Amino acid sequence: MNADNDVIISVKDLKKYYNGGEVKALDGVTTDIRKGEVVVVIGPSGSGKSTFLRSLNLLERPTGGTITFEGNDIMAPSTDINKLRQKMGMVFQHFNLFPHLTILRNMTIAPMKLNGLSKEDANAKAMDLLARVGLEDRALAYPSQLSGGQKQRIAIVRALAMDPEVMLFDEPTSALDPEMVGEVLDVMKKLAEAGMTMVCVTHEMGFAREVGTRVIFMDCGRIIEENTPEQIFTNPQNERLQSFLQKVL
Amino acid sequence: MLNKKAILILIFGIVSLLFSWVPGAGLVLAIFTLCLYAVNKTVRSDIKSEIGRTLAIIAILVSICSLFYVIVLMPLPGNNAPAWLLSLRSAITNTAFYSDFENNFIAEGRYIYLLKGLGVTFEVTFLAVLLGIVLGVIVALVRSSYDTLKDELRGGFGKGVLAFFYKLCGIYLTVIRGTPVVVQLMIIYFVIFATSNNKIMVAVLAFGINSGAYVAEIIRGGIMSIDKGQFEAGRSLGFGYVRTMTFIIIPQAFKAVLPALANEFIVLIKETSVSGYVGLQELTKGGDIIRSRTYSAFMPLIAVAVIYLLIVMFFSWLVSLLERRLKNSER
Ligand SMILES: Nc1ncnc2c1ncn2[C@@H]1O[C@H](COP(=O)(O)OP(=O)(O)OP(=O)(O)O)[C@@H](O)[C@H]1O
Ligand SMILES: [Mg+2]
Repeated sequence: MNADNDVIISVKDLKKYYNGGEVKALDGVTTDIRKGEVVVVIGPSGSGKSTFLRSLNLLERPTGGTITFEGNDIMAPSTDINKLRQKMGMVFQHFNLFPHLTILRNMTIAPMKLNGLSKEDANAKAMDLLARVGLEDRALAYPSQLSGGQKQRIAIVRALAMDPEVMLFDEPTSALDPEMVGEVLDVMKKLAEAGMTMVCVTHEMGFAREVGTRVIFMDCGRIIEENTPEQIFTNPQNERLQSFLQKVL
Repeated sequence: MLNKKAILILIFGIVSLLFSWVPGAGLVLAIFTLCLYAVNKTVRSDIKSEIGRTLAIIAILVSICSLFYVIVLMPLPGNNAPAWLLSLRSAITNTAFYSDFENNFIAEGRYIYLLKGLGVTFEVTFLAVLLGIVLGVIVALVRSSYDTLKDELRGGFGKGVLAFFYKLCGIYLTVIRGTPVVVQLMIIYFVIFATSNNKIMVAVLAFGINSGAYVAEIIRGGIMSIDKGQFEAGRSLGFGYVRTMTFIIIPQAFKAVLPALANEFIVLIKETSVSGYVGLQELTKGGDIIRSRTYSAFMPLIAVAVIYLLIVMFFSWLVSLLERRLKNSER
């Protein structure tokens, strides 16, 4: 394992309860995310994968436990949560592009308003990112004019425009038609190769295997098993993981 | 081609409106436009042809007025006026209907009551809608931000202030929506502004404050209709609550409720008709004054009703155009 100072996000005994403890979406999750890692989170529906991911940037407020980002407790009152979120890009299952703005504006609004980039700089940067995903000709289109795969690629580069240190993906390909899954996974793969630290909730086992550096298997709000993809897929220990893999592979 | 016909109808509509003051000419042009519209079923989905049709209908109304003026009212050179015109004129002016009409609207220039009243109605409605939108947006923002932020703000001064305004807005909504607008109007006139005699200001305040409560609910509905994912996307990029609302949620919500807001304007046009309770001389009161002068109820009241109806139909049509435009721009 790497040295401790490579840890970007450290999660300790994270809990998230709903309805006064009746539903335990997260029931004591502990793990570290290190620089450059591509952590793939898998598990059956309702196992708490989204809740875990969304706790990392406080879209969900945990009931208990701690999360530190670059050594700082993110739940401390002194933490500026908006500053923190700028360092964590997030990609959603349903893209969540802003339908009233052009693609270019979708990508420049945050850098301009939050980082104070000039319009020219923000546009140049956005065009650069669009070129990286092969969509520079759609800069002036509106989200409704794009296919699902194109929308998700835009959602990824929109997050990248803020120069995040970590990217969080919550089932980025689940809402896509099968023929568009590949184009989005390709973008994610390139991103991983470029050294981006990534946490991906996904059902794409091929991606987990090929791109992931570590796989976390969750069930009932807990981490049941975590290991290299190699070990998880060829030598699963826990029987719940074994039966899960049997179903999905 | 489909498009060319629609443009043709639009052009004819404009031309017939331009010529509607020429007795006969405008009428013929307008009817021709309507026939074009009726025959070409395929152009009906095109906004241009619809505008042309509506202009033609307006042109017909204006043409009827200009025809009426020439046949009945226009002073004629006594000796060499055409005989057919004179007999037509006397045929019309000898009817009971016309003398009733003349008595109610033309004698002593009584139509002025309706015209001035209409102006006041528009003035009050327009200002009240503006006030209503300002109030409604503020109340909607206070209420929906309290709903979203009450978990995020943990105690502290900010939350206390927000909670106070939340309660205040709740009381405002309950009181305004729980009492009749006439009562609110009279309270503002006779109690709150008992010393002032500015009836227009009182009416604008009363209807603006009243409408604000309904606008608030419209806008809150609009905000809530925006997918939660939009809010999360804004927040996850690093926008705070206020900026997420300003840049992402409110522009979309506003677009979604624009037709409903325009409808609020239409509703208010009719609602202001009770302003007569505080003696404001708007359209309804204008008709009522005529009635009290001439002791005939039918003509002035029907005239008032027809004017409201035409105005409401026209604005409803504008709203439907707006709705269609918004729908098209979504795609
Ligand atoms: N707002 C909420 N109120 C109550 N229960 C909730 C709420 N959000 C999530 N849960 C519950 O928490 C558990 C974990 O949900 P979560 O969305 O994290 O699962 P998931 O692993 O992402 O599932 P999926 O693969 O279906 O997306 C589920 O049992 C869910 O029903
Ligand atoms: Mg999920």
